[in-house]
Amino acid sequence: MPVTVSMRVNGTALTREVEPHTLLVRFLRESLGLTGTHVGCDTSQCGACVVHVDGLSVKSCTMLAVQADGAEILTIEGLAATDGTLHPVQAAFREHHGLQCGYCTPGMVMSAVDLLRVNPDPDEAEIRHWLEGNLCRCTGYHGIVTAVLDAAARLRATPRTPGESAV
Amino acid sequence: MYAFDYCRVAAADEAIRALREAEDGSFLAGGMTLIPILKQRLARPTVLIDLSGIVVLGGIGEDEQGLILGALATHAEVAASPLVRRVIPGLAEMAAGIGDPQVRHRGTLGGSLANNDPVADYPAAMLALDATIRTDRRAIAADDFFTGLFETALAPDELIMAVHVPVPDLFAYRKFPNPASRYAMAGVAVAVTGKGVRVAVTGAGLSGVFRMTAMEEALAADFRPEALDAVPVPAGQMNEDLHGSAAYRAHLVTVMAKRALAAAR
Repeated sequence: MPVTVSMRVNGTALTREVEPHTLLVRFLRESLGLTGTHVGCDTSQCGACVVHVDGLSVKSCTMLAVQADGAEILTIEGLAATDGTLHPVQAAFREHHGLQCGYCTPGMVMSAVDLLRVNPDPDEAEIRHWLEGNLCRCTGYHGIVTAVLDAAARLRATPRTPGESAV
Repeated sequence: MYAFDYCRVAAADEAIRALREAEDGSFLAGGMTLIPILKQRLARPTVLIDLSGIVVLGGIGEDEQGLILGALATHAEVAASPLVRRVIPGLAEMAAGIGDPQVRHRGTLGGSLANNDPVADYPAAMLALDATIRTDRRAIAADDFFTGLFETALAPDELIMAVHVPVPDLFAYRKFPNPASRYAMAGVAVAVTGKGVRVAVTGAGLSGVFRMTAMEEALAADFRPEALDAVPVPAGQMNEDLHGSAAYRAHLVTVMAKRALAAAR
């Protein structure tokens, strides 16, 4: 039986009917058209589907849309500023070749943003440990780790004021 | 996934009533195991009863006996809890090593215990720590709780409310993660309490988590990693699959036990 859910996605409040077995990632991609969040393995391992739910990074392929009722969701589409200026993590990924094919990138970026929330000054080992749930088959991770280190330095140098950005 | 109905409840008795009324209901906590099972169509519940709205199942606290961890405490919450880190640092460290950050944000203590996956970390920790699992109707000692592969002493409509963890003198958990899945090939928890030494093993045993009493006896006499050199780990009781032979897992049990001993604090 369909269930009515309400949530905020990238700052916009919405209400929809969903089947209880609809995964959050399917809801985001197919009902809302937010296809930046990818489905990679569909088995909770690769992290291509990582989004933020109430400020925490989660795998949206392993969460039901009904479980997000009342939640605040942030996807990769909501990360850049409204004028298109990339989030510092996105900018650093571009600069340091943190991506090649780009399939893992939305999840990788959302996971990295969450890391820098809990640990603004991670070392390389901490970054690699945190990204254990995000698989990349192109880069060998080197560019990704460099990008996160650089993004962390940039964010520390220019701390954001609350409300300036979604993150 | 097969279709199912869904309800979110606000109280434990409401959850239990919903389960009893359902044709084939299932409690839903973090969903880190249940949702993958549903995706593989290995289960076909008629209704999922979401426990996330039951406030009393959350939280981390303490009393004179030790820690009280709510059933819905996530792995990330246990890992980051200043209280857990102060009182049983090895437990916070164990929680920080479950899955990956995204899994730790959703996965719960109660869900892990109720599922009793033979490669899960929490069952070994709780067995070594001599924890007590408090349900809606009784208290179950960890020694009586884990009854086999994915099997526990819980009745079908019984709900874990919280876990009481007495404060040990020393505790640590070490695992050898499978390089691909990161699940424990062998994980060993060692605790020293006023009542003695307890050693629990996950990931390796044929019938799930178990206490390694021969190691406990050896360590009671000589609490050093070297004391385990003389303790045989029977390969006949170990799991064997494409990831490793029974003999390899038996070897890993000793190595992980020594590492846990060296790390115990």
